[in-house]
Amino acid sequence: MVNHGNVILEPPPINKAPGFIGSLRKYKNIMKVSLIERLAYRGDFLLGTVLRFLPMISAIFLWKAVYQGAETEVLSNYTYSQVIAYLLLVHISRMFSSMPGLAAGVARDIRDGNLKRYLIQPLDFMAYLLAYRGAHKMAYIATSALPYLGLFTVCSGYFETIPSLATISLWLLTLFLSFLLGYFFELTLGMLGFWMLEVSSFLYLVNTLNFFVSGHFFPIDLMEPAGLATILKMLPFQYLAYFPAAVFLDKIPAQQILPLIGVQILWVVFFALAARILWRLGLKRYSAFGG
Amino acid sequence: MTDNPTNPIIQVNQLFRTYRVQDKTPGFWAGIKSLWSRKYRNVEAVKSVSFTIQSGEIVGFLGPNGAGKTTTLKMLSGLIYPTSGSATVMGYVPWERDDAFRRSFSLVMGQKNQLWWDLPASDSFALHREVYSLKKDRFEKTLGQLTELFGVEKLARQPVRELSLGERMKMELIAALLHEPRVLLLDEPTIGLDVVAQIAIQRCLREYNKSRGATIMLTSHYMKDVEALCERVLVIARGSLIHDGKLSDLVERFGQEKLLKLHFEGTAPPEWVTQLGPADIQGPIVQMRLHRSEVAAVVGRVLSHGGLIDLGVQDPPLEEVIAKLYAEDSEDAKAGLNG
Repeated sequence: MVNHGNVILEPPPINKAPGFIGSLRKYKNIMKVSLIERLAYRGDFLLGTVLRFLPMISAIFLWKAVYQGAETEVLSNYTYSQVIAYLLLVHISRMFSSMPGLAAGVARDIRDGNLKRYLIQPLDFMAYLLAYRGAHKMAYIATSALPYLGLFTVCSGYFETIPSLATISLWLLTLFLSFLLGYFFELTLGMLGFWMLEVSSFLYLVNTLNFFVSGHFFPIDLMEPAGLATILKMLPFQYLAYFPAAVFLDKIPAQQILPLIGVQILWVVFFALAARILWRLGLKRYSAFGG
Repeated sequence: MTDNPTNPIIQVNQLFRTYRVQDKTPGFWAGIKSLWSRKYRNVEAVKSVSFTIQSGEIVGFLGPNGAGKTTTLKMLSGLIYPTSGSATVMGYVPWERDDAFRRSFSLVMGQKNQLWWDLPASDSFALHREVYSLKKDRFEKTLGQLTELFGVEKLARQPVRELSLGERMKMELIAALLHEPRVLLLDEPTIGLDVVAQIAIQRCLREYNKSRGATIMLTSHYMKDVEALCERVLVIARGSLIHDGKLSDLVERFGQEKLLKLHFEGTAPPEWVTQLGPADIQGPIVQMRLHRSEVAAVVGRVLSHGGLIDLGVQDPPLEEVIAKLYAEDSEDAKAGLNG
């Protein structure tokens, strides 16, 4: 039996809201706690990583055939080895920028009313999910590091030059930004759940298109006609896959890298604002119509 | 903002809430047509509801499905705006969702899962601590008290998915109480639970209410919950409050009937029983509803005949009292329409 005498009568404390620095610490701590949760699924992550390598093998054979058929060493400034190196690097880009199930999950939370849980707590939904996804990525990258290291060692022959330390630093910066861009882009899509009952087929369409326009299957530079590549480079999607890989391979003229990183930051800000605005509007509608 | 003892902790004034729902005509062509022309109609979920609750009260909030209970709780927790009217909870307007307001109340809705499924509840509690920015020592003290109170000290390290429904509900409640809310809104806290778990949860809620002086408002379909916890009940039907007062008054007002149960010898009751009035006869057992004033006379007649094995007089169950209240209200509504 429970000892009733142990509960002390005392006034409940007033829980003070943390200030700005306190908030940063709060979401950092939420990320830390979430990391423990995500590590519970490290087995899934490991298997997922290995399964993702399989299409790589067929890609290697495919591009070998393409280059043999074209009877040329270089296609749009890319050698055969560089294309394979590019495809390997795109895996790393996607490791940062892909957000599996984020948009669908947000839309589902809105539709099923699970949003309530976030609204009654002293939480900023977008900051909370960012911390949670950050933890997800850290857990994923930590568990995938070893298999990726193995893969890159096996495939080291495809990398013709070792990039400079400066290039590697810029590459890491673009990867971090591609994580933020991927997050806010998916979040913006998920907010459509406030207005649409069913978003899954729309999301499927967007994801499929995204694979092409982000340069997931081949470098955007190989796109014909050349005008198409120019257009694609004006869109935000290249920053999710193509851009970091191209930086690593020195495919982008040195004086253009920093301005393009600036554009990448602008796209991050754009989608962060878009998601925030849709969230505000959606919440108004949610509170006014249903809940 | 602090609560002044003379000010009620929850104040609801003329609250209205109208939903717009789509009117769907069945059928294929109607479905096609609805793509461009949609008909809506308004449903008044809550109509002119007013009440006040004092700090430290436990109030039962009863009503049939769709009566407006959940809508009212959602407005009080700031999830939806009212169409008109006003409300304050601890001095805050709930739908302004002030950070300080959210730090001092909790809403628990039935089986909605707040806890991470594959991890021990203690990990979810740790997340909770961060969300509410609770001090470590205070958090650990409260957690210790709550796990002891709910009797789940040994279960906090077990993955939530391995817990029984009752144990899970206890963990949900602990999560909701960790930041020591002063106002607790509960929507069906014992739904789906067995009697043992129900009683345990009732006891814990009473204890929390007593030790912290917390205010609790709960809806439940289990009248046992209401009887065990609430002195005062609000009854809502079709959006309007139809009773606000002591639970005992409700029983007094609608509990004028007694249930008389007679068990006769043999396989069937004797012939004369039917003369006593309308009765429900099942084998040798007879059940009758009588007005309180008739009970003595009827029992006297039965005893003079003899042939009885057992006899009992009971109050009708609270469920029935409430059902009668609803029925009376809907008759009033019909009369109002006709008149």
